[in-house]
Amino acid sequence: MRAFFEAIISYPFMLRALIVGALVSGCCSVLGVPLVLKRYSMIGDGLSHVAFGAIALATALGFAPMAFTIPVVILTAFLLLRLSENGKIKGDAAIALISTGALAVGVMAVSLSKGMNTDVYNYMFGSVLSMSESDVTLSIILAAAVIVLFLCFYHKIFAVTFDESFLKAGGMKTGAYNMLISFLTAVTVVLGMRVMGALLISALIIFPTMSAMRLFKTFKKVVLSALLISVVSFLVGFYFSYAYDAPTGASIVVINIILFLIFSLIAKFKK
Amino acid sequence: MNLLKCENLKMGYDGKAVFEDLTFSVEKGSFLFVLGENGSGKSTLIKGILGLLHPISGKFHWEGISRNEIAYLSQTTEVKKEFPASVGEIVLSGRLTSKRFSPFYSKKDREKAKESMKYMSVEDLEHRSFSELSGGQQQRVLLARAISASARVLVLDEPSKGLDSKVTEELYELLSHMNKKHGITIIMVSHDMAAALKYASHILSLSDGRNKYGKTDEVLFSSEKEGKR
Repeated sequence: MRAFFEAIISYPFMLRALIVGALVSGCCSVLGVPLVLKRYSMIGDGLSHVAFGAIALATALGFAPMAFTIPVVILTAFLLLRLSENGKIKGDAAIALISTGALAVGVMAVSLSKGMNTDVYNYMFGSVLSMSESDVTLSIILAAAVIVLFLCFYHKIFAVTFDESFLKAGGMKTGAYNMLISFLTAVTVVLGMRVMGALLISALIIFPTMSAMRLFKTFKKVVLSALLISVVSFLVGFYFSYAYDAPTGASIVVINIILFLIFSLIAKFKK
Repeated sequence: MNLLKCENLKMGYDGKAVFEDLTFSVEKGSFLFVLGENGSGKSTLIKGILGLLHPISGKFHWEGISRNEIAYLSQTTEVKKEFPASVGEIVLSGRLTSKRFSPFYSKKDREKAKESMKYMSVEDLEHRSFSELSGGQQQRVLLARAISASARVLVLDEPSKGLDSKVTEELYELLSHMNKKHGITIIMVSHDMAAALKYASHILSLSDGRNKYGKTDEVLFSSEKEGKR
């Protein structure tokens, strides 16, 4: 444990990873609450595949990965929202179509260019320790923006999630708030890819909310406890991966699974 | 005074009409029951009234009322079962439709919400979870939300669905009280003929091409008086 703290103090990349990871875990968990409750859990998963495809494409074509990926993922998030709202294609099918399609494009791009390089590998499985300083700065700014926007629209996000038709009847443009949720999710997914990897990021969105909902029954408590669960899981997972040389993303998810099981058990005994 | 006027309304999905040539108006302070069989277009009409679905032709003319004074009470069965939300959070959210820009609730908003909870006698449940309440309590909470939204028109889509008859009766009494004492106009879709007879001031009866509209006794007791078709 002591070596861990010494490492954080003496290696700036450790400290950076810690800050970015905690912020991104926070973003994922608070956004996870409306996403899970609106039954949009798989959007995070779909978007992460799209992000992977976009990054592979950007690397193959020589674009800057983040600058290319963020707008692509935001556009996809809006498209998914439109598709699932107008009901022509069922929401889950729309997500599956787009995510597998993007994954295929990504794999093609990788194999037609240089093959699997470390960059692409990092985005698939996460590499919070190898983040450059500029990436870290960008991530911190974006994560802070996500949290501030979430706070400013907290009450409206709650209301849109609970009963959209009531707000629509009252003349509110609920579409704008749905777009806001999609937008924030898109940004968070791209950020989270550096920490968790494209394959695991949606775990960070879904697990904390599900754990929190076992024990807490009001919106505020669920949001706050999901936030806490997520950040604690990150810190413990991060320490575990340092101490036992395990992959960071997977360690964090394993801690989340354990917490979910504990919370479910407590809920069972409380009944 | 007319609150809402509809002339030669035609509504439906993908260009296919569910009903057409519907003409009626809702007077301020009336208690309108919309009756009709399944598939007669009751819910379609409600969606139109709420602005969730645009008519194919014709228009809803609202007079002297703004959009945020219309409140919708969904069926409690529509509200998701496991949703974590406290009664306080829900009632307070009624305030949102009248405040567009401020991200946080003011003291006045909280007072109004408290008042509404008191009025519906759910103030003791403020910190309870909505999902743990009984059907009747849930209805009261949703009504409290409508009151906290300062609603002048209340639109309900089969509110008695999934409630037992005692709770349903209570709900009608509450609505009747809000209607008579506070002049809140009520537009309600229902199957319940007996309740319509007891509580409605006006009835709109939808049935394939034979739509009737008028005062309760006119519609129910004179089969020859046909609405415009």
